[in-house]
Order: sequence, then structure tokens, then C-alpha cells
Amino acid sequence: MSSSNGSRVQAVAKIDVMLKPGISDVQGQVVERSLPAMGWENVSGVRVGKHLELVVEGRSLEALKEQVEQMCEKFLANTVIESYTVTVEPA
Amino acid sequence: MSRPNVAVVVFPGSNCEQDVVYALRREGADADYVWHADTDLNGADAAVLPGGFAHGDYLRTGAIARFSPVMDAVRELAERGAPVLGICNGFQILAEAHLLPGALRKNEGLRFLCVWTDVVVTDADTIATRACERGQVLRIPINHYEGNYTPAGGGEARVVFRYTDNPNGAWHDAAGIANERGNVVGMMPHPERASESWLGSEDGRLVLQSMLESCRVIQRA
Repeated sequence: MSSSNGSRVQAVAKIDVMLKPGISDVQGQVVERSLPAMGWENVSGVRVGKHLELVVEGRSLEALKEQVEQMCEKFLANTVIESYTVTVEPA
Repeated sequence: MSRPNVAVVVFPGSNCEQDVVYALRREGADADYVWHADTDLNGADAAVLPGGFAHGDYLRTGAIARFSPVMDAVRELAERGAPVLGICNGFQILAEAHLLPGALRKNEGLRFLCVWTDVVVTDADTIATRACERGQVLRIPINHYEGNYTPAGGGEARVVFRYTDNPNGAWHDAAGIANERGNVVGMMPHPERASESWLGSEDGRLVLQSMLESCRVIQRA
């Protein structure tokens, strides 16, 4: 994956993987139930997921974002139960 | 007729492979280990993916094991209609590899469960239940944190074993499921741990015998 004019971009990709809506998030529920015991009684909607960061290099930010999304589809997320969001920014 | 040749796949982090090989040999199989980096199964008639923590269960259970070189050969075997059985972590790997539909999530109570379970055979027409009667109850232990079966897209799945007392929140009390063809089965209970009377149950032998009988049926065909 090298271009003839040698112009390359390096990017940091940040990926959030969360359980899909409708899939019960037991970790989130347990965290939520624990908070009032510590005095925080105004918290709801707790969800627990995964955050991944990585560095990629290629032709363009658009191409890199597409690549990282493919990585999520195939490997980094299990799309049966998880959804993901990707942001790609110049490193 | 030759003895069924069963490949027991060993991933880095597998830990039930010796029990499975022992139990299969006791049932008359020619069972042996195949390393996950190998690319063929040495002409095996069937494959078992045993329990453990393949590749440390990093990222998700089975997520990395799915890409082990041996999985192409396992897929080929499955597509040929040969018996493929995934036990516990092996079930998780087969689901990640899309050889079985759905996914295994963390147990509903967020506890690692190492307990005996009673499971009902709800489908006696698969490679893991051929020697069982429909409705028969088998006593086989579980040992997992991610055994909460969830079908794909809220859809359906072919349930083979059902817990009588659901320990982990699994959809439809599913302890084991099969692909449509019935030749790929994944189950959370460990049949190899219920293969001697002094272990507390011999019911798991029926599962292993079913698989070997399926090999013989294919040999005869």
C-alpha cells in the first residue's frame, strides 16, 4: 500500500464497542445499582463497553477509516451482539 | 470398519484437550491432538474443539482462535457434513467463526459458574445426540463465565440441549445448539467431565458415543 508520490498519512483511530440496544448490559446494570450505595443516587443509563486505540498509515483518512471499520466488522466487534463507532484523526 | 479418527484441536490456552482425548479413546476412537497452527486435520473423520481459554480469551472468547490456521480445515470438515463438536470455549470459537449462529455473552449473574447441570435432549437428530432419546435428561457439569447464549438478530437457533434450571440467562435455556444440518454442535456443558461413574456421572459418554456413531454412519454411506 504505497503511493507513487510518497504522500502518506498516519492516523489515530479510536474505537468504541458497545452492546447493541436491546442486548441486556449486565455489567452496566451492576455498576448502576452500586452507585447509590456510594451516595450517587442521580445516575441512570449506565453502559459498559470497550475502547480501543490504534495507529494506522495509508493513503487517506477516508481509506483508513474504511479499513478500521472493516477490522471492526470482521474482528474487533462481534456484530451479533455489539455495535461500534470509529473516529480517525491525523496522528 | 476402521475406528473413527477424531482430531482434538489444541489452541494456546486450551485446557480440556487431554480429558477429551482420554474420554474419546475410552469410547473406541482413534483420537489425537492437532495444534492450532497446523493447516490440516490429518484425515480426521471428526473434530472436537475443547474447553479452555484459547489465546487467553483476549478481546472476546474465541475471537482470536477463530483466525487460527487450523480453522480453515475445521470449516472444510464442517462443510463436508462431518461431525464438529465445540465444548465450552470450543462452542464460543465456533460461534465466532460463524460455524454456528449467535453469540455467547457473560452469564446473567456475572458469576463464573462451575456447577453440575441437568440438560434435556431436545433434538436427538444431531451428531451429539444420536445415541440419546429426545427428552432424556443428562447430568453434565458446566464451567464458564460466558455461556449466555444469544441468537443472531433475535432470530432462531436449533436448540439441542436445554437446561432444566437455567444457570446463566441463556436464550430459551439453551445449553447447546446445532447448525441447520445438525453436524456442527456447540455445548457449554463438558461431556468429558461426565464420562466416569466416579466423576459423578457417565451421561457425557452418550454425547461422545453419538459423535463416533455419526462417524461410522458416514463411513458406511
